Amino acid sequence: MPLRAKVASSVSRTAAALSRAAGRGDGSVIGGWIGLKIDPDLLAHLASGRAIALVSGTNGKTTTTRLAAAAVGVLGPVATNGFGANMPTGHTSALAKAGQTPYAVLEVDEHYLPKVLVATEPRVVALLNLSRDQLDRAKEVAMMAQMWRTALAEHPAVHVVANSDDPMVVWAAAGSPAVTWFSAGQRWHDDSWVCPECGSPIERQADQWWCTGCSLRRPVPQWVVEDDGVVDPRGAWHKISLQLPGRVNLGNAATALAVAAQFGVRPTDAVTRLSTVASVAGRYAQVVRDGRNIRLLLAKNPASWLEAFDMADEAPTLLSINARDPDGLDTSWLFDVDFSPLRGRQVLITGDRAYDLAVRLEVNGVPFHHVRTFGEAVKLVPPGRLEVIANYTAFQDIRAELDRVL
Amino acid sequence: MSSDSTISIVWIYPDLLSTYGDRGNLLILARRAALRGLPVQTMEVRSDQALPTTADIYLLGGGEDGPQALAAQRLIADRGLHRAVAQGSVVFAVCAGYQLLGGSFFAKGTQYHGLDLLDFRSDRGPARAVGELGGPIDPRLGLPPLTGFENHGGRTHLGTGVSPLARVTTGVGNDGATEGAWRGKLLGTYSHGPALSRNPALADLLLRWATGYDTLPPLDDTWADRLRAERMAATAVS
Repeated sequence: MPLRAKVASSVSRTAAALSRAAGRGDGSVIGGWIGLKIDPDLLAHLASGRAIALVSGTNGKTTTTRLAAAAVGVLGPVATNGFGANMPTGHTSALAKAGQTPYAVLEVDEHYLPKVLVATEPRVVALLNLSRDQLDRAKEVAMMAQMWRTALAEHPAVHVVANSDDPMVVWAAAGSPAVTWFSAGQRWHDDSWVCPECGSPIERQADQWWCTGCSLRRPVPQWVVEDDGVVDPRGAWHKISLQLPGRVNLGNAATALAVAAQFGVRPTDAVTRLSTVASVAGRYAQVVRDGRNIRLLLAKNPASWLEAFDMADEAPTLLSINARDPDGLDTSWLFDVDFSPLRGRQVLITGDRAYDLAVRLEVNGVPFHHVRTFGEAVKLVPPGRLEVIANYTAFQDIRAELDRVL
Repeated sequence: MSSDSTISIVWIYPDLLSTYGDRGNLLILARRAALRGLPVQTMEVRSDQALPTTADIYLLGGGEDGPQALAAQRLIADRGLHRAVAQGSVVFAVCAGYQLLGGSFFAKGTQYHGLDLLDFRSDRGPARAVGELGGPIDPRLGLPPLTGFENHGGRTHLGTGVSPLARVTTGVGNDGATEGAWRGKLLGTYSHGPALSRNPALADLLLRWATGYDTLPPLDDTWADRLRAERMAATAVS
């Protein structure tokens, strides 16, 4: 590593440590930011010599990154940005902090994938899904798919691991010479009714989909979720015992195994490591308070709300909605979510934008009770499980409140 | 209303024009009719299907540039909406769908023909208008103030054959001064997505236009009223 990069890396680690010591943050952004100021190529220097996998998509990237890092860990130490700091500053901090590791698995914000491809020259890129997310500022879904496709075309040596169930992802990956397809299922279809290649309608039947105007169709996946396990490309079924709930996390596990396989990890060696992951940056964490077993689920956009309903138990459920900058200021998406799976459960609502949610639930025919605080919600539900589903800053607010009390 | 007493509501091209919870307007109209004991039939018509010409209410949602241009071409070729309007149907359009009702609009840097149903044209503004949108509605419509969220790059210039829906006190709307447009039973707004969720009285106006009733039995709008009050208080401060 050039001297400038060594200095930058060292200063970056120090800044991160100072940030943590001062209680100002977990250091996963500030360290990288300072390091990149000193050496703009620091990320490339830190990435050099490592076998790297990038994980990107609208939903599931933090969890899949965590699972993939666990699976690749069979081979040796893995650097990873485990706290969702998924832009180049976060990657720089993570690599600087980890020191020299043979492997790295990095979560990448979908907008930054082209830039991080150039900087890190990864061996593998995993593409999970693309759907609407914070539309008052994010790129539209089709533009994102186009950006990925163009970027991947410039990196033909990269092995792509991609979701065969998402037409946008398939189209983005289809130009790459080496693709491994996995089937992780996709509940959300409302951003892929129009073919990104030719503009014709896309038809769906059971788990198949095809364009009615051109040759784009679902590729045959090599890794498939089946029952409570995953079938590998040779047809062998592996039981997956996760601490993380829901079928969506089985899909994330399949993706992690497919990524690890590109580094030579056999699924039989990796599955036990997947079961050690208990919570991911506070998500899925379970906290006991006043006899209530509270589980926190993060849902940031329509597709992830559908997945959260699937993960949640049939139990009292608190929904919390904010619309601050990190959440997106527009709450219109609430009408893209069908909340009817919650009918029959005790539903409580809170958050800055609880009234938007109230109007939505009323139209959806889901009875609810509005509470001002998280504490009030805990008092209103009987002892036992309380599921909490919240969007980004609402989730952080509730975590902070739980941390204060415990 | 069509020959039977059922109110029929058509959502036009949800495969192209549905970006920001647009389904909400369909659900809200259907629910508010049903709560009054009015039978409702809703229909989603895709862009590869012919548009029925005898429905009572037609809804147009928001969309990105490409789908918006495609929707314009198909609606112009189909002519179904023009026939329905000639027969007195109600049209409620938001955002990109609103622009479609005029003479022309810009998408992907190119000017496209609109449906020529209302006397206005749209072009590109200096900056994208993103944020809360609100203001007092044309007093002739007898509605409380408009409140909504806008997200569009276009500016709309009204001709003499159309009236602005509202005067802008928050946000940009058509041009920073006026917002939306209406004439007869056609009404468009930049308040995008589920615009009716914050404007239940506007939803009832559309139902009254469709049924010919002067009044409808009141509904319990406690939550919508709280939402309106909260949003209007938030924008008054900012």
